[in-house]
Amino acid sequence: MKILVTAKRVEDPESKIKVKPDGSGIVQEGLKYKINPFDEIGVEEGLRLAAKHGGEVVVVSIGTKDVQEQLRHALAMGATRAVWVNHAGALDQLGIAALLQKVVEKEKPDLVVLGKQSIDDDQNQVGQYLAEFLGWGQATFASKVESLESEAEKNKVPAVALTADGKAVRVVREVDNGLATLEVQLPAVVTTDLRLNQPRYASLPGIMKAKSKPIEELTPEKLGVDVTPRIQVLKMSAPPARKAGIKVPDVATLVEKLHNEAKVV
Amino acid sequence: MPIVLIVAEQQPDGNLRKASLNAISAGKALADKAGAELHLVLLAKDPAKLAEELKGTGAKAVHTAAAPEFEHYLAETYAPAIAALAQELKADYVGMASTAQGKDLMPRVAARLKAAMATDVMAINGSGADVTFTRPMWAGNVFAEVKLTTPVKVFTVRATEFPAAATGQGAAEVKTFAAKVEASKTKFVDFKEVKSARPELTEARVVVSGGRGTKGDFKEIEALADELGAAVGASRAVCDAGWVPNDLQVGQTGKVVAPQLYIAAGISGAIQHLAGMKSSKTIVAINKDPEAPIFQVADYGLVEDLFKVLPALRQAIHGLK
Repeated sequence: MKILVTAKRVEDPESKIKVKPDGSGIVQEGLKYKINPFDEIGVEEGLRLAAKHGGEVVVVSIGTKDVQEQLRHALAMGATRAVWVNHAGALDQLGIAALLQKVVEKEKPDLVVLGKQSIDDDQNQVGQYLAEFLGWGQATFASKVESLESEAEKNKVPAVALTADGKAVRVVREVDNGLATLEVQLPAVVTTDLRLNQPRYASLPGIMKAKSKPIEELTPEKLGVDVTPRIQVLKMSAPPARKAGIKVPDVATLVEKLHNEAKVV
Repeated sequence: MPIVLIVAEQQPDGNLRKASLNAISAGKALADKAGAELHLVLLAKDPAKLAEELKGTGAKAVHTAAAPEFEHYLAETYAPAIAALAQELKADYVGMASTAQGKDLMPRVAARLKAAMATDVMAINGSGADVTFTRPMWAGNVFAEVKLTTPVKVFTVRATEFPAAATGQGAAEVKTFAAKVEASKTKFVDFKEVKSARPELTEARVVVSGGRGTKGDFKEIEALADELGAAVGASRAVCDAGWVPNDLQVGQTGKVVAPQLYIAAGISGAIQHLAGMKSSKTIVAINKDPEAPIFQVADYGLVEDLFKVLPALRQAIHGLK
């Protein structure tokens, strides 16, 4: 089984994001970067599937030379090799999906596993665009039934299950008011939700090995994709601040405030 | 005249998903600004009943297509039908509520229409051809004003930011269209509903949420919620632990809520949780740790053990009645 996973470079989710005074973007100074947490979950699920059914995990990222850091991270976790689409400048989801489509056509994986969204743009679109461009089935928001602290999770059992004939995957999805299960014929696109798994830490030997694993370089031009953005970000601003609240000493004061001041109880 | 097409959603229980009404009022606001007509579309096994309901929301027309394949939603069967209708109508905008279905479906519709898309639209700005959308980025830490430059523009709407459209006013024309159902590579297996007697999280007037501090014991959270007629929510940590079902998760990647009153008990207030609840009108935080970030967004903070506070709070509120 060949599995293609993604590793977008994003701001560390723990870092404080500030908008530049002119609204042209965010303040880059002092920011740390990481693999998109949802993509990391996708890498982990890909590795578990490959461990169970045999095969390899190939990781792809798009961006400047800096994204090699995220590719090395996925390689250290256990991916076999990496594809780097070298591109500087803004990209929208149409452009990203078009690039991934070309990479998929070249790599011919059985399964593509992506994060359901990246924590910078928060668009939640690329997996679905990609599935439609390829004419494949999709199972978004893959999750699992049991707790992330369960035995199955500790044993790194994949939550995305290959069917008995090996021709489809069965995926439990997080939807409104419950869990929906789909069976999608391979090749297919799966996007990950937060509770699919707990990604492993890269081991020291893993990190050492990753240094010599191959990274293939491609460009939008080589792939024949026009990535001119069709989404213009005109202005960024900080969300309106909430007015400073107060600490109350006890329950009686809290109820008095809720009743007479906020008038919500 | 330009056309705004809004996709209405049927729940597995056959009822209209309420967020559809919020998306319809966003569609109306957009139609007003863009000088456009508002049309609605509904796919279902039997759309007649919901079409009646949608008729009175002030739209110009309600387009429905019936097929046995539409009983269980699949992006692969719904997207071609909606995209084909959008093309037939020459719709300029196609939108839907940012529900799980909206987020799964609309990028696939957009891909068929070669359209750029904005997710979680919170506000509509400008007019005519210069309409722009405001949407959150970086877990709601940044609001971005974006312009889509493709001929057709696709979007999903954050329901909490728009009022629900009233029903029972005006009478839109209900038109049926023949949707070609394409063979699907995806099969619906089952849907396990998490049933609750409490109001739906995103629609509730009051939400009582618990975090790590509950250590998995939600009895007092639930008791207070029932006293207030509130929905129960949770932080990501307690969902991950399997203490409560994951559809109770409030946060950027879970449910985004904006009730009149949000009570956070034993929740520290990670950025991703705050993104899901900081538009609430009044926020109460109860936490033993005075340094917990949740206090920075709370109108009223109480530094105390939630197991002491919640029963007392419930009794005091009961006493008001």
